Amino acid sequence: MSPSPVFKDHEQERRLVQRRLLWSVLLLLLCMALLLGRIYTLQVVKHEEFHTLSDKNRIRLQPIPPTRGLIYDRNQQLLAHNKASFNLTLVKESIADLPQTLDRLTTLLKLTDEELNRFRKRLERSRSFDLVPLRDNLTEEEIAILALERHRLPGVEVSAQLVRHYPFGPLFAHPLGYVARINESELKEVDPVNYSGTEYIGKGGVERQNEALLHGQVGYQNVEIDARGRVIRVLNSTAAQNGADLTLYLDSHIQQVAEEALTGWRGAAVAIEISSGGVLAMVSTPSYDPNLFVTGIDARRYGELQKSTDLPLLNRAVRGRYPPGSTVKPFVALAGLQHQVINFDSTVADPGWYQLPGNEHKYRDWKKWGHGYRVGLRQAIVESCDTFFYDLAYRLNIDRLSDTLGRFGFGALSGAEFPGELPGILPSRAWKQARYRANWFPGETVITGIGQGYMTVTPLQLAAATATLANRGVMVRPRLVKSISPVDSAALLPSAPPPIQLAQRGYWDFVIGAMEGVVHDPTGTAKRIAVDAPYRIAGKSGTAQVVGIAQDEEYDAGKISKKNWDHALFIAFAPAEAPRIAVAVVVENGGSGSGTAAPIARRILDAYLLPRQP
Amino acid sequence: MSQSDFVRRLPGLGELRQGKPWLKRLHIDPLLLLPLLLLAGYGLVVLYSAGGGSLDAIERQGMSLGLAGVLMLIAAQIDVAILRRWALVIHLGGTVLLIIVLLAGDDAKGATRWIDLQVLRFQPAEIMKLAMPLAVCRYLGDHHLPPTLPTVAVSMALIAVPTLLIAKQPDLGSALLIASSGLYALFLAGIRWLWIALAGLAGVLLAPALWFLLRDYQRRRILTLIDPEADPLGSSWNIIQSKIAIGSGGLHGKGWLAGTQSHLDFLPESHTDFIFAVLAEEFGLVGVLLLFGLYLIIVARGLWIAAKAPDLFQRLLAGSITLTFSVYALVNVGMVSGVLPVVGVPLPLISQGGTALVTLMLGFGVLMSIQTRTP
Repeated sequence: MSPSPVFKDHEQERRLVQRRLLWSVLLLLLCMALLLGRIYTLQVVKHEEFHTLSDKNRIRLQPIPPTRGLIYDRNQQLLAHNKASFNLTLVKESIADLPQTLDRLTTLLKLTDEELNRFRKRLERSRSFDLVPLRDNLTEEEIAILALERHRLPGVEVSAQLVRHYPFGPLFAHPLGYVARINESELKEVDPVNYSGTEYIGKGGVERQNEALLHGQVGYQNVEIDARGRVIRVLNSTAAQNGADLTLYLDSHIQQVAEEALTGWRGAAVAIEISSGGVLAMVSTPSYDPNLFVTGIDARRYGELQKSTDLPLLNRAVRGRYPPGSTVKPFVALAGLQHQVINFDSTVADPGWYQLPGNEHKYRDWKKWGHGYRVGLRQAIVESCDTFFYDLAYRLNIDRLSDTLGRFGFGALSGAEFPGELPGILPSRAWKQARYRANWFPGETVITGIGQGYMTVTPLQLAAATATLANRGVMVRPRLVKSISPVDSAALLPSAPPPIQLAQRGYWDFVIGAMEGVVHDPTGTAKRIAVDAPYRIAGKSGTAQVVGIAQDEEYDAGKISKKNWDHALFIAFAPAEAPRIAVAVVVENGGSGSGTAAPIARRILDAYLLPRQP
Repeated sequence: MSQSDFVRRLPGLGELRQGKPWLKRLHIDPLLLLPLLLLAGYGLVVLYSAGGGSLDAIERQGMSLGLAGVLMLIAAQIDVAILRRWALVIHLGGTVLLIIVLLAGDDAKGATRWIDLQVLRFQPAEIMKLAMPLAVCRYLGDHHLPPTLPTVAVSMALIAVPTLLIAKQPDLGSALLIASSGLYALFLAGIRWLWIALAGLAGVLLAPALWFLLRDYQRRRILTLIDPEADPLGSSWNIIQSKIAIGSGGLHGKGWLAGTQSHLDFLPESHTDFIFAVLAEEFGLVGVLLLFGLYLIIVARGLWIAAKAPDLFQRLLAGSITLTFSVYALVNVGMVSGVLPVVGVPLPLISQGGTALVTLMLGFGVLMSIQTRTP
């Protein structure tokens, strides 16, 4: 580098540099102005837009699920409540290596393949940043293990949750139903906004029927989150409106007594408080533990329940359809009186069978030699004479018979409070035409008179009809919900259907008197349950055939398998002079109504009417 | 050749010199020091917020500032003549170190920038940030102005070699700053406008070719600028979030420590390269204007020193250092506000990081040395 020896004009150079410095300043100011223009655009012109974006970044609207309402029995015994439970949940987006995390958790908690499969299914349905449950109901020990491993398991969290719990377990499973995780089809039926934070929904029974009341109204909170989606703080919130608490008519004492009485049988019992229609007890045996379903039952146990031939998942009280057998006779008697086909003095000769005019077929009486040559109405009910009712039904004809039975609620749903309830079958010409496209035969009328043939009833219907009979025609509509805590329960009362008007009030008294004879007369079919009864019981036994018995054969319990034993039924109300409770008991393959079902009914009546032992 | 050949002495200057203020005797320029202190203070305030209220970050940055300040004062004591004498040697040494770093440097975040001497880890690129203006100004100062084509060619070589070496690391930010310090010296030396125009034209024509030299992530950064929504969770995330931060700050800002974008971690690199977004979010346009004002004062003072400097070398050097400082600020704000591609240029005196701070303050030390020795 050789500096040129040429003379340097320092003054000129100084001016040149200064000129260029000035240019630089101009350039700099221009750049600065452009940048300031940019900043101005961002901060002033587009401020609103970016402000919104910033809030959208940090603020997230979160639903606050309402706490589900509690369910009490009539004595304020808790039947369903919400228990704190700790669940293991995973956030997929926060987990770098999901398979590895699952492996680790499998070693730590001994997860089953079942659980892992269920988790994967839930994962598929989850939205991003959802907490996907892997195991519910963590034990203290499991929580401790996870706490130790926490730092090694990002995205794995133990979250506390309120979980439905049924302290009585199987006892109320049928009337109450249970809650379980909402499935997709249910999600379509509910208001998606109100259920945005809800995981469980009522399935069956009171839980399903009163879902809207029990669920409550969802609340909201605006939370500030960081870039990883973690909640930093709550900005503001609208509290959730918790679900309403329900008090039911059910009485856990009566329920327990009924359940114990039915233990060992497949069957159902329904007890109704006549004054209110309140269902005091609704038992269907065998039952199941509803708590298993709340957080998801495993497939093995569910399979066992589902495949069991005892049908534990079936609520027989509202879905079991049985021929009423002789329990229908008091109602047929009332139909006969009302239509003046018979009167209090009518008699029928009973040789042990009944024949239609011009027909060879013999309709047998349960008593081989008959009930005598002058069987009156009272005797026919007390002793359950079939021939009398064959004759009565025939003379009534199916139209009039069906009409009167229909007034008692047979063949129709007994109310709106029992999800899944089946209406049973009240046979009529129209029904048969619609069902079988066939004409009605007189012989079918004959056997309808003793509650056989096409006719089927549910235990609930039978109990409600019995209560209406005991109430002398004033309709008793069975109900479960007694009161709703924050809601005016008067608003719940359904309009009462008109009472059944009979030509003479004496008809009621006569039939009720005859039913009293069933229990208290020395010839009554259920006389054994009158022993030591401190009150008067009106009842009627029924024994319904399960298999057809050929013309010349006889039913012999010893000869046929227990599966084909007759169903045992009993309806009753007490005290007979001023009825307060009506009961219907059905024991599948129980053999004899008076022998098997009647004592169960007696125990239920006792549980309600007798002072309780402390 | 001496720089004081034609110094015109005014009468009475001798008396003035004897009564030199004590600051001048310590080679401190108060008009430069004061805005620098204000800016550093402002920076600590912003950094405290960007660090989420952590005193730890403030302590470290404070120590860096102290160290850089001391180095600035030491540099101010050195007569520029000494720097001038060693300028080309330093440049050569720096270039050699850059070659070494490429061959045997330490990797950090996928870029080879560091030399590890066991006791000391340093980036030769930082040395170059001072060596470049020294060498180019020295070379141009020795020649006639405006520079002739051969002079320009040699200067361009002085600029190009280290720049390309640094770009290869790759450290586009430093390459840009180092190149601009040399180019500014050329510009101040009066390189012809025609040549500038021709160079600009050549740049435009070569741009497509340059595209192929860029690495993938660099291309993405440029594409992000054109279409920020293309990859909102990937390469565009930083820019989208910093624009939201700046824009949501509005006129008055969200208030100190109340910037949600930075405090909730939406803003990446919030205490280093993207700290401007924190400032703009929390102090709004008012805070941005204050920052720009302080920068403008510093640049104005620097250019004033350049204009008044006693010889060509010092004039070019002071001008180059000052203008390069302004490039830091403009490029950083430009990239954070989404008008320039993201290159690693810190916001001078605000961003956390000691190395850049030391280089910058050494530059201001040189300015003070020039100012306090200007008669």
